[in-house]
Amino acid sequence: MSETNNNPDTGRPPSDWGAPGDAYWAALDDGHLDFQVCDACGNHWLPPRSECPKCWSPDWHWQRASGRAEVVSWVVYHTAFDARFRDRLPYNVAVVQLEEGPRMVTNLIGVEPDARDLIGRKVMLSIERDLGRSLPRFRLED
Amino acid sequence: MRGKVVIAGIGHTAFGKLPGRSTISLNMEACRKAVADAGVEKEAIDALFVKVPTSKVEMMYGQKLAEAMGLRPRIGGVWDQGGASNISMISFAAMAIEAGQCEVAIVTLADNPRTGTRQAYEKPWGDDSIFGWSSVVASYAMIAQRYFHDTGLPRDVFADIAIAIRKHGANNPNAQLRLPLTKDMYDAAAWVVDPLRRDDCCLVSDGAAAVVIMSADRAKALGVKAPVPILGFGQGHTSCDVPLREDMTETMAGVSARTAFSMAGLSPSDIDVAQIYDCFTITVAMTLEAYGFFRKGELAEFGANGGFEIGGRLPLNTSGGLLSETGMPGLQLVLEGVRQMRGTSVNQVPNARHCVISNQGGIMHTHSTLILGQ
Repeated sequence: MSETNNNPDTGRPPSDWGAPGDAYWAALDDGHLDFQVCDACGNHWLPPRSECPKCWSPDWHWQRASGRAEVVSWVVYHTAFDARFRDRLPYNVAVVQLEEGPRMVTNLIGVEPDARDLIGRKVMLSIERDLGRSLPRFRLED
Repeated sequence: MRGKVVIAGIGHTAFGKLPGRSTISLNMEACRKAVADAGVEKEAIDALFVKVPTSKVEMMYGQKLAEAMGLRPRIGGVWDQGGASNISMISFAAMAIEAGQCEVAIVTLADNPRTGTRQAYEKPWGDDSIFGWSSVVASYAMIAQRYFHDTGLPRDVFADIAIAIRKHGANNPNAQLRLPLTKDMYDAAAWVVDPLRRDDCCLVSDGAAAVVIMSADRAKALGVKAPVPILGFGQGHTSCDVPLREDMTETMAGVSARTAFSMAGLSPSDIDVAQIYDCFTITVAMTLEAYGFFRKGELAEFGANGGFEIGGRLPLNTSGGLLSETGMPGLQLVLEGVRQMRGTSVNQVPNARHCVISNQGGIMHTHSTLILGQ
């Protein structure tokens, strides 16, 4: 990430998801995870986008997530395709489903090195400051 | 239109590392060989379809290639569905011929990520890259992890696929990776992204392949030596990104196959040999299930005791596929299907009459199916 592209106020680069993405990251800086809800059909989703993927309506609002979620799948990287993660190998990336329905890519916290199957495990949101961002990560619950 | 259009000629370059060659040059070599194999003159070509190269994306690539080849196509251009492009372009060419839009079409693919850039395969995924989410292999690994969970199959279940395909590649003088693979080697290989190991992942290769397509009548009139009839084709595009797929182990591959089988008037039990897009072993497993060769969870049983080898239940990727022959995205599988129907494969399946070929792209975002016969 080049410094020159960063917004001088927030230090964040512009979101690839456009304006709704900028608002999403700003909410995380404020300490909460929001997802979008369609005003026309009630569908809800992440990642942020400007139209409802179900009914194509441009009218939607933000709703705050409870933070409770479940693991859909996960992987462990043993190769650093992205140089920023070279010193973090091995590291995990997961897909979780919020209890409200939307899904997101994240990292899991508290994974044992010999963990075999985490799918279906309950997890809880933990916003961590890392890599210059407020990252919505999820901690494994017992 | 079952059988009314044929593949009249095939051609390809060497596979592997081809430094100093542009994709235009690679495409032209494959086309030159395919046209020579068909035994037709360049003047007969009136359609040109080309897949977008991953190593360098340029505007108007289809016309750039036509210019280099001195062609003014009646129909054609560049197409992008990732690896599904090849069979999709063959089906568009067949429909265009049937509709009187053109008479003799070339479908071609060239790429050089091995000596050029692998960025298409290793790139970070937008805002989510902040979690370390990058590369094509990790998305397939995400699907594979869910597959193991849902099916309860052991984590070494893909070994039968990798070993059989490598065995076929080892016997193919054109293959890039010819070292036979044992179960011990498979188990000992490093994780790339857990749960996928090195030998679950295809090669990264430079190279090109091309086919010449025309009507069966035209092939007869021209005296084409070994035309192979196209019996059926289909497409299906999952499109949705992997994390958002309601069921990560379901795609549109089944829809694509049903369209193709229905057009051909055939079912999976009629198929003697298959060339299944093997960018990763998980892709082969899910494609064969979607096509109806076995039910979800039955992979271990189906692949046991050489089930995917010559003489087995379903000889698979008989030139070595993406895992062994070349990692080039897909058209080489069609070439091997043509060889099987002509009876000229180095790993010939005796009396093979029907071959199914799958192509797919992205992270199972796109899919196309081709059925060849005799």
